[in-house]
Amino acid sequence: MSKQRIIVVGNGMVGHKFIDVIINDKSVDYEVITFSEESRLAYDRVQLSYFFSGKSAADLALTDENYYQENGINFVLNDKVVELDFANKQVLTHSGRRERYDKLVLATGSFPFVPPIPGNDQPHCHVYRTIDDLEAISESGKTSKVGVVIGGGLLGLEAGNALVNLGLETHIVEFAPRLMAVQLDEGGGALLRRKIEDLGVKVHTEKATSEIVDGEFCRYRLNFADGSFLETDMIIFSAGIRPQDELARSSGLSIGERGGIVIDNHCQTSVEDVYAIGECALWNNFIFGLVAPGYQMAKVAAAHIKGDTSLVFTGADMSTKLKLLGVDVASIGEVHGRTPGAKSYTYHDEIEQVYKRLTVSADGKKVIGVVLVGDVDAYGTLLQLKLNNMDLPTNPSMLILPNVGDEQAAGLGVDALPDSAAICSCFDVTKGEIKDAVAAGCTSMSALKASTNVSTGCGGCSSLAKQVLDCELANLGFEVKNDICEHFAYSRHELVDIIRVKKIKTFDEMLEHCGTGLGCEVCKPAVGSILASYWNDYVLEDAHIELQDTNDIYLGNMQKDGTYSVVPRIAGGEITPDKLIVLGEVAKEFDLYTKLTGGQRVDMFGAQLHELPLIWKKLIDAGFETGHAYGKSLRTVKSCVGSTWCRFGLKDSVAFAIDIENRYKGLRSPHKIKFGVSGCTRECAEAQTKDVGLIATDKGWNMYVCGNGGMRPRHGDLFASDLSDEQLQTYTDRFLMFYIRTADRLQRTSVWLENLEGGLDYLREVIIDDKLNIASELEAEMAENIKNYQCEWKTTIENPAKLKRFNHFVNSADIDNNLSFVKQREQRFPTPKVTAEPIKIIELTE
Amino acid sequence: MQTQINSEWTTICKKNELSPNAGTCAQFKNQQVAIFFCKRSDNIYAVANFDPFGQANVMSRGMMGSTEGKTYVASPLYKQRFDLRTGQCFESAEHSLKTYAVRVANENVQLKEVS
Repeated sequence: MSKQRIIVVGNGMVGHKFIDVIINDKSVDYEVITFSEESRLAYDRVQLSYFFSGKSAADLALTDENYYQENGINFVLNDKVVELDFANKQVLTHSGRRERYDKLVLATGSFPFVPPIPGNDQPHCHVYRTIDDLEAISESGKTSKVGVVIGGGLLGLEAGNALVNLGLETHIVEFAPRLMAVQLDEGGGALLRRKIEDLGVKVHTEKATSEIVDGEFCRYRLNFADGSFLETDMIIFSAGIRPQDELARSSGLSIGERGGIVIDNHCQTSVEDVYAIGECALWNNFIFGLVAPGYQMAKVAAAHIKGDTSLVFTGADMSTKLKLLGVDVASIGEVHGRTPGAKSYTYHDEIEQVYKRLTVSADGKKVIGVVLVGDVDAYGTLLQLKLNNMDLPTNPSMLILPNVGDEQAAGLGVDALPDSAAICSCFDVTKGEIKDAVAAGCTSMSALKASTNVSTGCGGCSSLAKQVLDCELANLGFEVKNDICEHFAYSRHELVDIIRVKKIKTFDEMLEHCGTGLGCEVCKPAVGSILASYWNDYVLEDAHIELQDTNDIYLGNMQKDGTYSVVPRIAGGEITPDKLIVLGEVAKEFDLYTKLTGGQRVDMFGAQLHELPLIWKKLIDAGFETGHAYGKSLRTVKSCVGSTWCRFGLKDSVAFAIDIENRYKGLRSPHKIKFGVSGCTRECAEAQTKDVGLIATDKGWNMYVCGNGGMRPRHGDLFASDLSDEQLQTYTDRFLMFYIRTADRLQRTSVWLENLEGGLDYLREVIIDDKLNIASELEAEMAENIKNYQCEWKTTIENPAKLKRFNHFVNSADIDNNLSFVKQREQRFPTPKVTAEPIKIIELTE
Repeated sequence: MQTQINSEWTTICKKNELSPNAGTCAQFKNQQVAIFFCKRSDNIYAVANFDPFGQANVMSRGMMGSTEGKTYVASPLYKQRFDLRTGQCFESAEHSLKTYAVRVANENVQLKEVS
C-alpha cells in the first residue's frame, strides 16, 4: 500500500507546526507536500519586529530546506494554490502544477485589512505582515521623515515601533477612543498612550481617515472625517486581519458570514478529508489571531488524520503579555465589564506609571479579567488563577499591589497549580509535563527547555517554569547544592569567609585547607578574585598567576584570533588633548584598530602578546595606567559634563566621577562593576543602568544601586536620597564590600539583589543602619584594598622576569605566524575565519 | 610503545623558565607546542598550541585544571577542555590536540615527537 499523501497549503507558522508534528510522530509515515506563495519557508511572525533591531530573515526562520529534505517533506515555494478539486482530490497551482491528495490541510493564514480609503494604494502605503512587507517599509523609510500607522491595536503599535526604529517621526492614528481597544480598558489604554507619547510617538485617537491625498509639506496628507488632517511621507495600515479564505470560498467550502473557513472540533471543514487550521479557520464563529491556538489546531488536525479522535479543539485563551514600544502590557480574560455583577480592584501609580486592574466575579472568588500596564509581574499568577478557575485568595487586592513577589502575593505557590495548568502557551507545555521531565532527569532549565520546549517561544513563562522546576526538584528530594565545583564543597560566600577569617593568602593554602585536586576554570578565578579583593596582591605573582582567567593572565582582553585589546583608564571619561594624541600615536605605531567604548574610553585592538609591554611602556610614560578592562573589577565611572559647563548641571559630576574611579579602581569583585554619575536629573550619564548610579539633586546625591545594561537590563533602585559626598563614600564602601563578600561568582549586583533575602530594605538595614554590625569591618576592608592598589601594568613593565612571559615563544624571538589581517574602513581587522557555525562556549556549571 | 631510536630530544628551555601551574609556548621543529608545568604533581605535559575550535595559536595561554583525576587545559577562547596526557577533547570526541613527549634532563626541558 502506498503512503497516504498529505498536502499542506501555506507554510506559515501554523502550517509548519503541522508538518513538525508529523515529523516528530514516529508512529506515522506520510508523503507530505507543502505549497507556499511566499519565497521563504516558515518564519516567526511573532518576532517580526526584531527584523528592525537587526535580526535577519535567517534569524527569524523556524525551519530550513535541509530540515524538510532530511525528513522527506516536499516543498514548493513561490507557487500559489489557485484551485481545489474536491471531486478528484487534487490541487492546482498558479504555475499549472496539479497534485493529488488523500488529506488536504489549509493553513492559508490571514491578510492585513486595508480600509477602503481613497488613495490607499500609493507607493509608500504598506502593510505589516511578511518579511517582504518589512523590507518594503525599510526601503520607504530611507526617503521618509514622517510615518503614520493607521490602527492602534497590538500590531499597529508594533508597526509604530518599527517606524521609531527607522528613525522617523511616528504617528499612530486610531479610530477607537483608545489604544489596544480590544485588550485594554480605559485606564490601561490611557496610561499606555501616555507612556508611548513620552517616547515621542504621537497618538491620535477617534480619527477616521477619509482620504489620502498629496501633501503640502510631506508626501501625503491624511484627511480625517472631523476636518483635521495629518501629513506624512509613508503609511502603514494595521487595521486588523482577515482570514485568507479566498481559495476555500471559490472552491465551495463552507465559509462564515464574516469570512473564515468553518471548522468543527477536529478542524474538519465542510468537505471530507479537508482540514483548516490557524488564522484562516473559523471555529464557533471565532477567528483566533494568535499563534498558540493555531498550534493547538495543528496538533488536533494531525491527530485526526492519524485516526485519533480523542484530541479536540475547544477554543483557546486569548490572554496576551507583551512589550510594545518598550512598555509592558498584559491582558487576561474579559476586561470590558460585560460580565454581570463583576467588581474590580484598580491600582494606579501615576508616578511610576503603572496601571493594574483586576476584575473579579460577583462572589469575589474568581478572576474575570485583568489589565496590566507598566508592570506585568503579576501576569503569571493571575493567568494561572484564571485558566484553572482557581479560587482567589481572601484578599485579592494583594495580587496587584506593588513590590510583592508573585508567590507571596497570591499565597499561591506553584505547588498549588493542578498538573493540567498550561505553563507555556507557545508550546502548550503543562505543569504535568514539566513534572514528568524533571522526574526523567531534567534538573536544569536548559535540560528542561531541550526536552519540553518550555520557554523557548516568547520566553514569557520562564520564571514560572523555573519555579515549577525548583519546586519539583525539592519535591523529589534533590538537594540544591551550592558547591562551587568538584574541588571545593563550599559556596563562593563560604569561600570568602574562609579566606577572610583564616587569612588565607594563596590558592595552595586554600587547596590544602579545604579543597581537592588541581582546581578548575570555576574555582581558580573565583578564589583568585577573592584573594585580590581582600589582600590585593599583584595578580601575576607566581602564586596567583594560575588563577587568572584568559584576560587577566596577560592583562589584556583576548580577541578571537588570540591578539589582545588595550584599554587605558580614562577616569570619568575626561582626557586632555595631549593624552588623546598619545593614544592616536600609539595606535598608529602598532596599527591597532581603534574604537570608543560605551564606558567613555578608547579600546585599541589587535596587539600581539609581545607588543603588549611595548605599548604599555609608552602609555605609562605618557601618564596612563591600566583600565582593568580585562578584570572582573571596577571598570568605568561614566559621567555627564556636569555643572562646570552644562547650563542645567547641579553638581560637578566629572570631578566626582574621577574621584570615585580613582578610589575604587582595580577593585576585584564577583563580576565587573560600573558606575555612573549624572549632574542633574536629566541623567545624561545613564547612571540608573549601572551597579552604582549617582544623580545630583539640589540637596546632594541620590544613590541608585544594582542596575545594569547587558543581556537582561535592569534599572537601579533608589537606595538613598540627598546624600552628602562623605555619606555617599561611606555607603559605597560598605555596599561594594558587602557585595564582594556575599555574591555568587559571576553574579552581577542586579541578580545579587534579586536573590538577597529581604531585598532592598534588608540591604538598607545592613548598609545604612548597620544591622549586622559589620559596617566598620567592611570599611576597613575597603581601606586595606585601596591602600594596596597598584597599576598592574606599571609593576609588570618594571619586572624583567614577568616581561619574559609576554614573548610568544619561550625559546625564540619569533612571533605567531598564523595571524592575518584585512583592511576595512581604513583600519585593521583579523581576517574572517571560515567556520560553518558559531563556536559554542563551554560553560561549567554544577 | 615509544621508540626513542629515530628521534632525538630537543632542549627547549630551563625548567625554571616554565610558569608554575600554567602554560608556556615553545617553538619545536617549526611547530608551536604548549608546555604545561603542574607544580603540585611535578608533571610536565606538551600538546599542540593550535586551538582547533578557535583556530588560533593560544592553547599555552589556557588554564590548567583537573576533573576526576585527569589533568586538562581549557582553551582560553571558548573553554573546551583537553586531556593533557592524551590530547583528547572532553567536549567533542572528534577533536584532540597532538601530544609530544617531554622530559627534564639536567633542569633542561626537552621535547620529542611521539612516534
